[in-house]
Amino acid sequence: MEFLFYMGDVFSPINFGLLVLGTVGGLILGATPGLSPTMAVALLIPFTFQLEPQQGLILLGAAYTSTVAGGAVSAILLKIPGAPANIATTLDGHTMATKGEGAKALQVSFLASAVGGVFGVLLLIFLTPVLAQWALAFGPSHLFWLAILGVTVIGTLDSSSVVKGLLSGCIGLWLATVGFDDIMGAQRFIFHPAVSGGINVIPALIGLFAIPQVITMFTKGRTKDTAEVITVKKHPIRFAFVEIFKRKTALVIGTLTGSIIGLIPGVGGQIAGLVAYDQSRKFSRESEKFGTGHSEGVIAAESANNAMVGPSLVPLLTLSIPGSPTAAVLLGGLLIHGIFPGPDLFMNYPQVAWTFIDSMLIGQILMCIFGLYIAGLAARVAQVPRAVMASIVLGLALFGSYSVQHSMGDVYVMATLGIAMYFLERFGFSAAPLVLGLILGPIAEANFIQGSMIATATIGIGAYFFTGWLNWLLIFIVTASIGYSIWMEVMMRRYTTKDDAIAKEEALS
Amino acid sequence: MTDLPRNQHIIASGVIAAIGTSVAYISFTQEPADAFIFPRLISSVFAVLAIWTFAKAVLGRTKVGNGISLPALRNMLPGLVVTCLYVFWAAKALGFYTATAIAFFILLTLYDPAPHTHAQSWVKRLLITAVFMAVMYGLFAQVLNVFTPHEIFF
Repeated sequence: MEFLFYMGDVFSPINFGLLVLGTVGGLILGATPGLSPTMAVALLIPFTFQLEPQQGLILLGAAYTSTVAGGAVSAILLKIPGAPANIATTLDGHTMATKGEGAKALQVSFLASAVGGVFGVLLLIFLTPVLAQWALAFGPSHLFWLAILGVTVIGTLDSSSVVKGLLSGCIGLWLATVGFDDIMGAQRFIFHPAVSGGINVIPALIGLFAIPQVITMFTKGRTKDTAEVITVKKHPIRFAFVEIFKRKTALVIGTLTGSIIGLIPGVGGQIAGLVAYDQSRKFSRESEKFGTGHSEGVIAAESANNAMVGPSLVPLLTLSIPGSPTAAVLLGGLLIHGIFPGPDLFMNYPQVAWTFIDSMLIGQILMCIFGLYIAGLAARVAQVPRAVMASIVLGLALFGSYSVQHSMGDVYVMATLGIAMYFLERFGFSAAPLVLGLILGPIAEANFIQGSMIATATIGIGAYFFTGWLNWLLIFIVTASIGYSIWMEVMMRRYTTKDDAIAKEEALS
Repeated sequence: MTDLPRNQHIIASGVIAAIGTSVAYISFTQEPADAFIFPRLISSVFAVLAIWTFAKAVLGRTKVGNGISLPALRNMLPGLVVTCLYVFWAAKALGFYTATAIAFFILLTLYDPAPHTHAQSWVKRLLITAVFMAVMYGLFAQVLNVFTPHEIFF
């Protein structure tokens, strides 16, 4: 119950102010189509430099939580999911809005998000210390395999092609080696003075997540968005509470599905929402109503995508392995303050860790309260023209990446990686494994070198890295994730038409 | 294989294969060898996967990735050129705030659906640019104390 001890810190004026700011800002950013939660959090990192570590994390955590929930606003009122996590919400949410039940859809969506989110953060609170204790026993070989696991799991599960996912991970791992070698001091792959100090993670994150979206907005040209905000009629909140209680099966299914999926690295909110929606339909007594504006669909999808937020941080805080791209960005936020997550985090920086986690718990409730009041405003902001949005994001990306080290080199790295990533995405590569490779590369290399030294002096490299039940388990998971993804890819190809595949790729991009 | 001409996939995967093999070559030939143990490990996998992807593209068996259509390329190109000029030249040469204001205004003009013949559209764009610059200056210069490069202008 250590988390209760630090709960008071969340309510200090600055911390609480940042929590409210992050929540409100996140709701508005989340509602804006084209701004993913990952990109929103990446663009916010430069603003946390001057804050205390826990304050910076509170801002980033609040933005992460509320961007996921905020995406439901545009999904319901505009039929455009604010983030991939809200795709399932569109199915019933927008139909409810067109039938004049927009306010009800928004209310049940935020209430379900809050229930799912609180449950997810409670899982984070109770699982993290247990796993952190267990992770203390990890040696260099285990940490090496964990880092490889992080890259391969995201590379295989998050990509539409296993080979291209793994290739993205390799590119990230290679980019992590650019610069001076830590042990020998030798220069490696320094092909431009801008990368002589290595590739800084923050500008790379900003570039990889923000610039492709800016270029995607350019590709739409001067066309006008035709989506119109559906006006909502008043709906007493007590009826939304009653509705949520009546549809508790969907709520439970959504919350549990989201929590379990959140714990699996690489499987994002989009999958959580869709799986929960599908499962709720199967277990519902009114399954025929799904897709026709049924509140159970909204409840299941929204409780799931917010329930996954907390558990997705468990691997990050205990094993220093980010379980999702947004968790990788949060890791960047920790690293700039000189804090490295892992089993020692709760011993060395308990205040930072617990205040952050507690703020996520309170943030879920704030997100629900503010979400209900500013949904209309958020939907209006979501209509900001693409040209304005692209220009704003580009400006923020330039200033943000420069402010990391006051270096033009970082700006060039940000732009080069971002432009390259846009083209890579068009050919089926994904940013998430590349980012994971870039972040986990130094962990993998340091533990590989350390393990090799120990192995050379003791039992030999082969025995050190390939024996022991924990090594076997990790190698098994790496192999299984690759094998499972290949199998899924083959099955998907067998049952998916070419038109379906093209439509899916277009929707995701 | 998507409707996209196979050539786009061949070019893209060819570039990646060239990078992958170059990285592997450098890793295995550069000294001191101890500093390149880990790069050798990953570059081997990198090169194999990149060559595999290239071979699949050459054989026309690429399954994912829609490439870039001509209309998308036509729409994107002006913005991309402005972005590159802004980031790689103007920001340093003209000063961050001047370059940002110019780039912001040009991008708005290029992609704003409002007609260029209406004076009202131009006033609106100028106003949006001014507000954005005021916010950026307030945030970065005043709140975050970021000392941006001042060259010809500000």
